[in-house]
Amino acid sequence: MKKNDYVVRFAGEGGGGLLTVVTAMSQAAAEVGYNVQTFATFPSQIRGGPTWFQLRISTLDILSSGDDLDTLVAFNKEAYEEHRGEVGEAGVIIYNSEEFELESDGKSFGMPFDELAKATGNNRAANFVVMGALAHLVNLPLSILEEFNREKYTRGRASDEQIVSSNNHALSLGRDEAIKSGFSLGELAEPTKPEGEQILVNGNEAVCLGAMAAGLEFFVGYPISPATTILIWMEKNLVGPDKFAYQSTSEIESITSILGAGYAGKKAMTATAGPGFSLMSEGLGLGWMAEIPLVVANIQRGGPSTGLPTKTEQSDLLTALTPSHGDIRLPVIAPGTVEECFYAAVAAFNWAERYQGPVVLLSEHALSERQKNIPKPDLSSLKVESRQAYAGDNGYRRYESAELSPMPIPGHPGGYVANGSEHDAVGDTTHLPARHVQMTERRFSKLKLLEDGTYEEDNPQAPVVIMPWGGSKGPAREAYLQLSGNGGDVGWAYTMFLHPLPPALLDSLRQKELVLVPELNYQGQFSSVLRSQGVKAESITQYTGLPFKVRDLVNRARRRIGAAKKEGVAV
Amino acid sequence: MSDRNPEYDFKWCPGCGDFGVRRALEQAMEKYIIETEVPVETNVVVAGIGCSGNMVHLLEGPQPYGFHGIHGRTLPVAMGIKMSRPELNVVVTAGDGDFLGIGFEHVGPQAARNLDVTAIVMDNGVYGLTKGQSSPTTGMGVVTSSTPYGKVEAPVNPLPLYLTMGVSYVASAMSTKIKDMAGLIFDAMMHPGFSIVHVQSPCTEYNDTYELLKGNAKKGIEPVAWSIPDKHDPEDLDAAFKVATSGGIPMGLLYRDTERLTFDKQKSKLAEKAVVQTAEELIASYAI
Repeated sequence: MKKNDYVVRFAGEGGGGLLTVVTAMSQAAAEVGYNVQTFATFPSQIRGGPTWFQLRISTLDILSSGDDLDTLVAFNKEAYEEHRGEVGEAGVIIYNSEEFELESDGKSFGMPFDELAKATGNNRAANFVVMGALAHLVNLPLSILEEFNREKYTRGRASDEQIVSSNNHALSLGRDEAIKSGFSLGELAEPTKPEGEQILVNGNEAVCLGAMAAGLEFFVGYPISPATTILIWMEKNLVGPDKFAYQSTSEIESITSILGAGYAGKKAMTATAGPGFSLMSEGLGLGWMAEIPLVVANIQRGGPSTGLPTKTEQSDLLTALTPSHGDIRLPVIAPGTVEECFYAAVAAFNWAERYQGPVVLLSEHALSERQKNIPKPDLSSLKVESRQAYAGDNGYRRYESAELSPMPIPGHPGGYVANGSEHDAVGDTTHLPARHVQMTERRFSKLKLLEDGTYEEDNPQAPVVIMPWGGSKGPAREAYLQLSGNGGDVGWAYTMFLHPLPPALLDSLRQKELVLVPELNYQGQFSSVLRSQGVKAESITQYTGLPFKVRDLVNRARRRIGAAKKEGVAV
Repeated sequence: MSDRNPEYDFKWCPGCGDFGVRRALEQAMEKYIIETEVPVETNVVVAGIGCSGNMVHLLEGPQPYGFHGIHGRTLPVAMGIKMSRPELNVVVTAGDGDFLGIGFEHVGPQAARNLDVTAIVMDNGVYGLTKGQSSPTTGMGVVTSSTPYGKVEAPVNPLPLYLTMGVSYVASAMSTKIKDMAGLIFDAMMHPGFSIVHVQSPCTEYNDTYELLKGNAKKGIEPVAWSIPDKHDPEDLDAAFKVATSGGIPMGLLYRDTERLTFDKQKSKLAEKAVVQTAEELIASYAI
């Protein structure tokens, strides 16, 4: 039987070309129609440090980056020692024999990566040596990689021909080493080209593209891992008439300048991570209070404080909901896949414009760096909303009504004061109890406009459901398929619209005996939010800085469901 | 909107310097509207927090747009507004605590960018609204409610600081000299670039410096404030530094640089190199 799935991990020293090989391999595989997904983790330093990238190539839809490795490519001894335990029973390890030698362990073979590269006349061809060996292990035609090589390195330069031919030479040298080793993993099945056009993007690129599709006009950001790539992207691409992208001097400047832009009528956004998000607290409270549309993308990393800048975690949910002091509950949208990153960004702008206030787009490190092929978004079918703008004369009482009202734009009639103090109908400061009651209720009432979030529900009659959020969706979905496929009566619920939750979904969750929430934080943040809304929710937590493994989720969910059975829950 | 709005209950104390600043600001804005032939809604007043921050609610004439945000953040808010709509006349009003204390980190970057807004700094040398704590411009050794044994640190000297940071229009004014102040504020509004009009605006309740500033011959008090002589060349930065550091508080225009491009102009100029792509084209660039 042919393999449908191939999981390979590249481990070594940061800055040593690991990224090049994983990018090249994923692009080549995606081009011939495989589904691909990458996972990256690295230390917070410019060069060096133990780094690894994982690539999953599949003929099927990919949900997680895969538990067991089919192949480990170890660029040094430390990488071999660190990762060999995760190689599956039938897996193979390729190591760089220039770095270390091994006694035969029955599943490893070495080859001199750089020496082979040098033999081609191109010192930088080591990644092609590795790809050649990998291709042989799963019987992938070398022509796929040769084609990719020709496309990528035909750049109209004099050296093109030399580079292409040395890379091709490197591919065959790597393949020969793998043949010599005698290892094989079986043939990877032919890909079926997905229907429709595809694009290959990572999560942060998908957020950027979604924001552009939603009509983003004004972006200010400050460098911070893992949100920096959004700033860089915007500085390059958010250009042209009436567009503004800029690197600020702090996250306080970022949030307050986009408050100014949102007030001035622009679709405005910033992107940050935990520490920056903390600095934006007061500004987010002002946006809620003065009713100013804007989007803050918080690409979560491990926290608190400086925490784990380059690792993944889902521990900013509670602060995203209530970032500031006072009575406030911000809308939060948390994408769970690279594709959802695009649509979450569009939805975040639509929500911000519709209810006239800040929306938090809560992504995470694992999604930000994950590269995946997704269906090309069709902009003609995309619903893009803009705020209801005031079109009357001067003398407008912007905050008079009990609900949302049209927003005046500076430069046009309708002057008012956008005020962070409690205010009256024109925005002047007031302390009257009746006004504070009216305005507080007005601000919360606008959340009702956002109850159109979509959701997924499978096996809805099941008394126990698995309901992950954000980037835990993929591994949780794989776990759910295993649990429900083995005769267990387990349901599935999911939405990226965490606040406000789609009301019909919330009603359904309230009927459940148990809602199990896999999430990457210690406190079980989302389950506590669900419990506060009358749902019997419990978390399956992990706080390692890494995503869930499917196997762990299956085991832990099974144990918990078993215990529930003993408690008499009708499972 | 104090006269028309019964709900609004804030008042400046009798004799507060901020009354004078309000009149000067309204005169300057009126002149700006007439001379540049724009409607009132082209003007935006971004206020800080403190007594000065209430300026935006207390304007008596036609109402411009207002933004009364959070403490210390007037300048980045103004940047967001101005860079969104460069055609707007954006004026910041902030106290010495807001502008030079909690918000001081924002002055340097806007000077470097030459953001085309006008900041009116209302300096009373004290935190008035919280009832009399020491501020960045409170003198060394001065006893306030938060410095019961005297203020430990030296006061900030704003004028040389603005010049050092590269603010492209620096003027100094006094709340009692409304006509002079209005002229400087109007010039600042017309100035292409970041302009600051630093106003001595005494607090009668906690730091009454009227006598100190204007002097009192009967009591033998020499005035601290002095008028910058007509012969001073405001295009000369060295001369401006001499004026700013020669003791007392100089009144008038210290410095003006009209050569530098404003932030919005500089940004558009550099963006000429950029390749503009639509969302559709950007998405297509990731096609497999």
